[in-house]
Amino acid sequence: MPSELESNLTLKKLREFAPQAVDEAREFRGEITIYIRPDMLIRACEFLRDEPDLSFRFLSDVTAVDLYPSEPRFEVVYHLLSLKNAKRLRLKVRTGGDNPGVDSLVPVYPCANAFEREVFDLFGIQFAGHPYLRRILMPEDWEGYPLRKDYPTEGYR
Amino acid sequence: MPITLEKIPGQEERVILSMGPQHPSTHGVLRLVLELDGETVVRAMYDIGYLHTGFEKSFEDKTYSQDITLTDRMDYLNPLGNNLGFCLAVEKLLDIEIPARAQWIRVLLTELTRIQSHLVWLGTHAIDLGAMSVMLYCFRERETILHIFEMVSGQRMMTSYFRIGGLALEPPLGWLKLVEEFVKAFPARLEEYEGLLTKNPIWLKRTVGIGTLTADEATGWGLSGPSLRGSGVDYDIRKKEPYSSYEKFDFKVATRPEGDVYARYLVRLEEIRQSLRIVQQAMDGIPEGPIKANAPHIVLPDRESMKTSIEALIYHFKIVTEGFHPPVGEVYQAVESPRGELGFYMVSDGSPKPFRCHVRAPSFANLQALPKMIEGRLIADVVACIGSIDIILGEVDR
Repeated sequence: MPSELESNLTLKKLREFAPQAVDEAREFRGEITIYIRPDMLIRACEFLRDEPDLSFRFLSDVTAVDLYPSEPRFEVVYHLLSLKNAKRLRLKVRTGGDNPGVDSLVPVYPCANAFEREVFDLFGIQFAGHPYLRRILMPEDWEGYPLRKDYPTEGYR
Repeated sequence: MPITLEKIPGQEERVILSMGPQHPSTHGVLRLVLELDGETVVRAMYDIGYLHTGFEKSFEDKTYSQDITLTDRMDYLNPLGNNLGFCLAVEKLLDIEIPARAQWIRVLLTELTRIQSHLVWLGTHAIDLGAMSVMLYCFRERETILHIFEMVSGQRMMTSYFRIGGLALEPPLGWLKLVEEFVKAFPARLEEYEGLLTKNPIWLKRTVGIGTLTADEATGWGLSGPSLRGSGVDYDIRKKEPYSSYEKFDFKVATRPEGDVYARYLVRLEEIRQSLRIVQQAMDGIPEGPIKANAPHIVLPDRESMKTSIEALIYHFKIVTEGFHPPVGEVYQAVESPRGELGFYMVSDGSPKPFRCHVRAPSFANLQALPKMIEGRLIADVVACIGSIDIILGEVDR
């Protein structure tokens, strides 16, 4: 593992807070990606938001990546931003192909609401505890989840 | 079934008003569902997706260079800013260096884009609130900027002028003269608009204290850009995480503590002035040199060398027919669009097409704060609040 990753303050603090929360960490082009265990997501985010040295109080984005056909099939990707330190952090949570789902981050970051609805709409990933999980971009009666890799670009005809 | 507000059990029935999707003040095809008690909005909800065209799916089906043309069409008031964000993300993935001249021209054109985007915002925002003439003036000024874009790229709006590794071509001779004329004439014009609005009692009545958001609320709801800075949060990506050599330019970040519609108006006006300063500095200091990175396997060779060099011809053939192969990895690049944080999350699997390209659209996030702003206020304030967050529905729906 590269030393830059090991000296990263966020990763160190997160490991101190909950050693079992971090599955894996990667670094590419100076950006840190931390894989979080699904059941620790909310607690980890609360910690990252409230810890004064880190203060990742801004959730800038939630999206997902479909790694079809490998398993676990989906990665839900969160981009956090610390307005105080001007630092960014990418969190990832893995979830399997049958009944994909993760915990909703709405209680921690209210703005996760629309982002998670979009991920649900386009990938079919469930967010447990989301207050209003309905399609947001596609029509309500649409079949299938367009951004999945097994969904053809031209759509089903 | 279309999105609607369900009745809360035990509460008396109220009027549900569906505003949009075809409504002149929703700035595109946005539908709002408003629950009314007389003239007051009790609950509100938005319904989007009318312009959804699946850009993110299309990205995966085209090579990186072809994808640039898609980015223009998302936020159609910020085409060059979108081009810039996309190119920077791919360049980060490729880890290539962009020559100073290209960076300078990028900054200049992006700031002009910001000015013209803010001008459209100002014009439409004012006409929503009843000030008709401002729009005509704003569009007059915008026309001169679009003329510059046309001269440089051949297109008024769908420019696709920034390419991965630099610029499409060297700007034509004499383009800087147009920019200079604009920069000279514009400050007086801006005074004119301010004279029409800033101290206008009707304007103040419609904007001061309306749609107030505190700094904490704004952060929590994911607001960014001028809407966030209007709530007193000093965060501008150009300053805090400089890209494309923004660190070399001297400009101030406008913030206002009030958090209402008027504060956001003042912030945007100040941003126009600061952008003008950046344009001036960029114009005075454009360095000489190449406009494309020294990366023959990524950047198209120029016409002349293709006629004389076999290597250039081969590279051209390879790039056009196949594309280039970035390393496996993922990057997130955020840029400051006129509306806020525009982010491109790019995942590469080593093939010439992006494995996944997600756009963090600032309008999509900013729209979430709208119900919070308008609940408990009059219907008349709804249009003021929509205007103040400056959403572009093409970007919301992507």
